[in-house]
Amino acid sequence: MSGDLMTGTADTTTITSGRPRVAVWKFSSCDGCQLTLLDCEDELLALTDVVDLIHFLEAGHSDDDGPFDLSLVEGSISTPEEVDRIHHVRDVSRHLVTIGACATAGGIQALRNFGDVDELLRIVYARPDFLSTLATVSPISEHVPVDFELRGCPIDKRQLLEVISAFVVGRRPDVPSHDVCFECKAAGSVCVLVAGDTPCLGPVTHAGCGALCPRFGRGCYGCFGPMDSARPEPLIATLRARGVSEEELTRLFHTFNAWSEPFRDQPGPVPVEIGATR
Amino acid sequence: MTHRAGAGPLATKALTRVEGEGAMHVEIVDGRLVDVTLRIYEPPRFYEGFLRGRGHTEPPDITARICGICPVAYQMSACLAIEQACGIEVTDGIAELRRLLYCGEWIESHTLHIHMLHAPDFLGVNSVVDLVALDRAAVERGLELKKIGNELLELIGGRAIHPVNVRVGGFYRPPSREALRAFRPRLARALELAVDVCEWVAGFDFPELDTDHELVSLDDGDHYPVFGDRIVSDHGLDIAVDEFASHFQEFQVSHSTAKHARLLSRGNYLVGPLARYRLAREKLLPAAAAAASAAGLGATCPNPFRSIVVRAVEVVHACEEALRITDGLIDASINTDPGSVEVPARAGTGHGATEAPRGLLYHRYTLDEAGTITDAEIVPPTSQNQPTIEHDLFHFVESRLDMADDELARAAEVTIRNHDPCISCATHFLDLTVDRRGGTP
Repeated sequence: MSGDLMTGTADTTTITSGRPRVAVWKFSSCDGCQLTLLDCEDELLALTDVVDLIHFLEAGHSDDDGPFDLSLVEGSISTPEEVDRIHHVRDVSRHLVTIGACATAGGIQALRNFGDVDELLRIVYARPDFLSTLATVSPISEHVPVDFELRGCPIDKRQLLEVISAFVVGRRPDVPSHDVCFECKAAGSVCVLVAGDTPCLGPVTHAGCGALCPRFGRGCYGCFGPMDSARPEPLIATLRARGVSEEELTRLFHTFNAWSEPFRDQPGPVPVEIGATR
Repeated sequence: MTHRAGAGPLATKALTRVEGEGAMHVEIVDGRLVDVTLRIYEPPRFYEGFLRGRGHTEPPDITARICGICPVAYQMSACLAIEQACGIEVTDGIAELRRLLYCGEWIESHTLHIHMLHAPDFLGVNSVVDLVALDRAAVERGLELKKIGNELLELIGGRAIHPVNVRVGGFYRPPSREALRAFRPRLARALELAVDVCEWVAGFDFPELDTDHELVSLDDGDHYPVFGDRIVSDHGLDIAVDEFASHFQEFQVSHSTAKHARLLSRGNYLVGPLARYRLAREKLLPAAAAAASAAGLGATCPNPFRSIVVRAVEVVHACEEALRITDGLIDASINTDPGSVEVPARAGTGHGATEAPRGLLYHRYTLDEAGTITDAEIVPPTSQNQPTIEHDLFHFVESRLDMADDELARAAEVTIRNHDPCISCATHFLDLTVDRRGGTP
């Protein structure tokens, strides 16, 4: 684990004397977090006026030699080739920021870590021998030091712009670390758990979405992953008391951030069943 | 990055401006084209495997994560398949609200592809950033249009990437009439912008390439296809979505992690804008039909380079459709109360297909009596188009063997981008290698 910036010990001096060189990298992912950068329609042209996007395949920039002042990394590590490539990215990057649940926590594909990858291969592919894959999916921080981790499945546009701005000018990103409940109260939403008996991960989930799901009358499903020092036990006790089954609890914690602590072990060691055959 | 060394393969820049990553290999022996393969390195993520054991209400949120560019398509095909398995039909109002959400994704995804991924090919620049220097107004117009597509996704879906408001059975909370009324002028603005974009792209110079692929899309009744119970083609295919597995087959090739698909009876086929246009041109709404005519499109568009024009026409259509539905919601002729219907679990199998921006997206789920998924199958559009993209590449490259490798590489990349391959959905690094052996004739 890295997060030097989060503890305030990172090198936060201004990146370079010239225009900062920025790269966007993709590992195992859906492209949604890097798309978030292209979704900054109002800011994109202003951004490209102040930084050079050197490597960003989705936007047509291809130069992976570096060096880069800032690398934004999307996706988790799931193949032997990706293990080699993330070390290259770290070697050519002054600052490395992970963007999204896959890069920060392993993502949905880390569900394989709870099962048997050979069985998954057989279920999905007639010729598993054509594929090269790792038994365990891992976040970037398990392989190289990371300077900042941005959460979310997908990440939030405003938080992304804040992180890029902070690194470009050489200050700490202002990304709140409280829970979704805090955002929900600030938004004036009615508590879906208390008022509607709807299972909600708001008390243990990292802020960033603006408490979106409760505003739509549904429970938070934890797509920003666990907040720092999250304590799931009291929430689990509350949900159990309201009749939520162990299977439902497992499904609730085991989605897009299933491999991050403490979601990984909740509500207990009940593996996701993948046993059926075609 | 590899550099040319002796007679070995030439590796050019990684293929950019596709969503996801892959590579293309061209093999030339004695001046004759022997093989063209599109390799996809996208790592397998095993969605169909880990869906087993999940609950029947979970696929819309889970499968959205297959593709950050077209999550709504995954959510919609998943909902339809689960609802069919459970024997539930949603209300007309919910179906219309789903169509409205889908319009947002077509506008956003097509506008992204037109401006950021494809237009640079026709204007001799490498990227949208370079395009800014050439034609800032066109880029700003594209960004404004794309933004309205995202705003529509946010209004109906809660957020643009991986919307939160979709559930099996409908929506958690339909938009208020006040919010729709406030948004309507934005859609009217989008329609104006879309017509201008269509005129802009119609003026590009297009290389000649005539193709004769079997074109496959959904039949959506009176509508230009987004939903539909039947799959049709210009070669007479007319089947229920439930019969997909009897007519289409997914298969693996050693050079790609993405599965390919073929029609059991006839082989390669094409899904996406060119197919929808060929099969449903007459169902375009008036401004889209007029834009198509003004752009010089006939009854069909056999040149895949002109697919950028067809996408622009489809954006015009999506804006009109979104206005129609929004007006219906405002005057209450479309009723979205209740916003969702109950979908109790039962044992069974359900099939669902919808038209993702890139083409037909098929889902199938088998549930047990508790609603637990025992089997899942997902066939994305890029899997279906990959053999056809390779076919196009072969014929395009075959007639241009005298081109320098770097020019050939660039031209081939354009050919691939014609079909807007969303490689992450089918499947990472797209390197292009040209292997020339032997002499020249």
